[in-house]
Amino acid sequence: MRNLLRFILSNHFVLLFILFETIALILVFQKNNYQNAIAFNISRNISGYINTKTHSLREYLSLREANIALHEENRVLRNELFSSYKSQVPLAEDIEFEEAWERRYNYIPARVISTSVNKQNNFMSLDKGSVHGIEPDMAVVSGSGVVGVVTGVSDNFSTVLPLLNIDLRISSKLKDTGYFGSLYWDGRDPTKATLTDIPHHVTLNSGDSVVTSGLSAIFPEGIMVGTITDFEIAGGNFWSVNVSLATDFRKLNHVYVIQDLFRDELLELERAEGYD
Amino acid sequence: MIKILLRNILRIIILVLLQVFILNNVQFSGFVNPYFYVLFILLLPFETPGWLLLGLGFVLGLSIDLFANTPGLHASATVFMAFIRPAVLGYFAPRDGYVPGTFPRIYYYGFSWFFQYSAILILAHHFFLFYIEVFRLSDFFHTFTRVILSAAFTLLLVLISQYFIYRK
Repeated sequence: MRNLLRFILSNHFVLLFILFETIALILVFQKNNYQNAIAFNISRNISGYINTKTHSLREYLSLREANIALHEENRVLRNELFSSYKSQVPLAEDIEFEEAWERRYNYIPARVISTSVNKQNNFMSLDKGSVHGIEPDMAVVSGSGVVGVVTGVSDNFSTVLPLLNIDLRISSKLKDTGYFGSLYWDGRDPTKATLTDIPHHVTLNSGDSVVTSGLSAIFPEGIMVGTITDFEIAGGNFWSVNVSLATDFRKLNHVYVIQDLFRDELLELERAEGYD
Repeated sequence: MIKILLRNILRIIILVLLQVFILNNVQFSGFVNPYFYVLFILLLPFETPGWLLLGLGFVLGLSIDLFANTPGLHASATVFMAFIRPAVLGYFAPRDGYVPGTFPRIYYYGFSWFFQYSAILILAHHFFLFYIEVFRLSDFFHTFTRVILSAAFTLLLVLISQYFIYRK
């Protein structure tokens, strides 16, 4: 016992190093548990508060660009409005819009209060949380395209796993032909991502649009992801496609969190059928 | 003694805030991210006991992690850097040891000594940090370039700070 104590005392520097390093590395590699850890939930509220303050300054400096982007988005949306269309079928006007359609997606506006693009595992925080109806696994989009997936939620803030994180893969498809594959970021350029699993026989053109496939229960179908810049044959019979992302993550301010009102029903059915 | 304690507490707060709110937003072409906060470990007094050194490294790294949403990443790299600091100090020690009452700064031990001492520690920290973050060897040279460029930029900031802020 005395020898053990003497050993610990004389080697306390190395032992302490191993202890601290083990704690730190456990934190690094236990990504899912930390989201629920109370310590980080508290820190999310505190750092969320501070980030909101500093972000309001940065946001002020980019007001002009944000305005132009929102204006453009408004133009597109106004053109999509039901009242912008004239019916070509005589009796179609008699059918009430609400009767034929039921709302599936609800968009919750939020602001980005902290983000990074320069790491391998980037994260993003939003200024809306569970009191605003945000839950984990909801999709986040910007006016121009896909942003990421909500991972953690506190009362007033939420964290997002953005596309610029090597852990996130998004099921995407080619808008023209409908062939789908898996899109991920390779950790290098914050404006580019890679689409894989597209069979070799599919004809590709640079400039083709890539949109979400709607095959996961997270993203609705048809949300813009980016455009093809170039492509090459990867190992096997698949293309490796470089995609220029539609969302500019370096100046992202306003985003929408998408609430799928039918998500529970869908997941319940899939669970009952033994998916997962 | 109290003066040194207060000065270091103030320094850790300023460096964390500077890192989190300004330097974490700096990025040149996805390669260069300076991690200037390591200056705190570099400037600790020679007499700092080992357990305190490691503990401070852990606390410093963890407070950066809290804001950057990277639990444990900076903590592990900073603890590693704190761990090798005594060895590096021993390697670069003058023939008759470090004079009591002096600090590891350019002012006391000259530019060349400080440059070598901080370059080795910053490189060690950045290597550990970037490779743990990527955690694969497939992009070895890409990560290597990131380490070298970021370390050079951090070192530049550290050296400049010696002439501007910590002028005795």
